[in-house]
Amino acid sequence: MMASTQADTRVNGPARAVHSPAGLSLGLGRLFLRYPILSRVVSLGLFFLAWEIAGRVPISYAFPTFFDTAYAFGTMIADGSLISAYGSTLQPLVIGIAISGVVGIVLGIVMGLSRMAEWLVAPLFIVLQSAPMAALIPLITFVYGIGLAAKTLAVIMLALPVIVLNGYKAVRNANPSLVAMCYSFQGTRLQQITKVIIPDASPVIFAGLRLGLAAGFIGVILAELLITPTGIGDLITYHRSVANYAEMYAAVVSIILVSTVTLAALEAFEVRVLRPEKRRG
Amino acid sequence: MTMSDAVFNIEKDVPADAVVEVRGICKKYGEVEALRNIDLDFPRGKLTTLLGPSGCGKTTLLKIIAGLIEPSAGEVRVNGRPVTGPGPERAFVFQDFALMPWATVMRNVAFGLELKGMGKAERQSIAAKYIAEVGLSGFEDKYPHELSGGMRQRVGLARAFAVNAEVLLLDEPFSAVDEQNRRKFQEDLLRLVEKERKTFIFVTHSIEEAVYVSDRIVLLSRRPGRVSQIIEPKIDRTASPDAIRRDQGYLDTVEEIWQGLKHYVD
Ligand SMILES: Nc1ncnc2c1ncn2[C@@H]1O[C@H](COP(=O)(O)OP(=O)(O)OP(=O)(O)O)[C@@H](O)[C@H]1O
Ligand SMILES: [Mg+2]
Repeated sequence: MMASTQADTRVNGPARAVHSPAGLSLGLGRLFLRYPILSRVVSLGLFFLAWEIAGRVPISYAFPTFFDTAYAFGTMIADGSLISAYGSTLQPLVIGIAISGVVGIVLGIVMGLSRMAEWLVAPLFIVLQSAPMAALIPLITFVYGIGLAAKTLAVIMLALPVIVLNGYKAVRNANPSLVAMCYSFQGTRLQQITKVIIPDASPVIFAGLRLGLAAGFIGVILAELLITPTGIGDLITYHRSVANYAEMYAAVVSIILVSTVTLAALEAFEVRVLRPEKRRG
Repeated sequence: MTMSDAVFNIEKDVPADAVVEVRGICKKYGEVEALRNIDLDFPRGKLTTLLGPSGCGKTTLLKIIAGLIEPSAGEVRVNGRPVTGPGPERAFVFQDFALMPWATVMRNVAFGLELKGMGKAERQSIAAKYIAEVGLSGFEDKYPHELSGGMRQRVGLARAFAVNAEVLLLDEPFSAVDEQNRRKFQEDLLRLVEKERKTFIFVTHSIEEAVYVSDRIVLLSRRPGRVSQIIEPKIDRTASPDAIRRDQGYLDTVEEIWQGLKHYVD
């Protein structure tokens, strides 16, 4: 029983924990505690119900009901438009995240280890992170035209700063007592970095990757909405322009779905590979 | 075995057989003078305690001996060789355990050997022996957060034993343990001292603990730390723990140290 509870938490991840509405009775609360999956299903169900009711009222003619949206979602999958849209959206996202992930983690670790690198590079990323990136996205059009390169660049622009800065902070704040321990057992500098500093920093590095991935999603959608009308962004724009609101909502919801699943997968990977102790208690 | 016996015999002819010699150590942290001109010898195979008021520089001195901190002046020699950094003949037990939370008890204990590049099977069999010795058999696959404070400290102790260093440096190893467990650990420590025949340098601020476990007690004065007194408790360690704690010699030594330290307490 315990084991299965923990397994559930692990796969779904605490990041997306869904809280039950406050009004529920204690007995129900206990039931949900025992079966966290149930509480999520019920909570989502209530949300969809509220959506359905709000859609039927209706609060606006541009606000479809849940069932209309779900139906539109099914049709868009069936006619292949959703799949092909994701084909062109995910490609720059994957390339951009892969580049940002590798470059960002390496750069972050180097900055965390070397004062010189920190001095040279950190200010740039601190400025970039606080800049209103959405406003800078249209610049890419001018520089790179439209297409895969522009979308990939948009992903990198949004994802890289947060990945770099998290990696840098994580390494800089690695537990000094563990570093001293490794040194006292005559660990080399390389062993210190690979066996102590990076594993110690990995939760924060991974938090950076998750934030970077979320930012990358924003980047690619913004690029599609603002500069290169393709992929899922184009699907949204198109259905909005022809007032197919159910289809538009289905496309938006699908983005939330895809990003949630990706983030949960990343978290499951982290727990499995880097920090096995988190699997227990 | 024969090697160490041989070394021991040679060393025995030298009148003062000190493994660790501390010569004129001074340490300043900026304006703060932590240690002033410390001269000390740590005899081989004995447990020497550094005792003194909080902030007098006990941890600093221990870390200088370990080679983790550079002294501002003076020199530490281990087996006659000047210390320039950590070395295989010394192992440190950290006050805050310094266990890797992502590693099991087994990996933590074997970590010193892993860093030396020893193969997995070999280092695990050595680690298993010391895990058993500190009474943690059955906990090999647990992670540090699944252990109590006292158990974590034992992991740190086993890790230091596993690298088979001659000199063990222990910084307040029992500070995270309650009184009952503390007494038990002190007895375990005495048993390990007996069994391992190593040199222990032990930091504590408990007078009773110092008298109970030590062959020699070095009293440090308040900052800047200087050696104020060296006491060798004459206690019959073959007696039962309870008998020792009621022994007149034990009680007198505790009192003597207390008198010596009392004027530091305002
Ligand atoms: N890294 C440091 N930078 C500046 N001052 C320090 C540093 N480490 C220790 N000190 C100072 O040096 C003095 C001795 O510190 P140390 O930690 O060696 O004392 P201690 O005897 O171990 O004390 P305690 O019994 O409280 O552990 C203290 O006054 C402390 O404030
Ligand atoms: Mg201390």
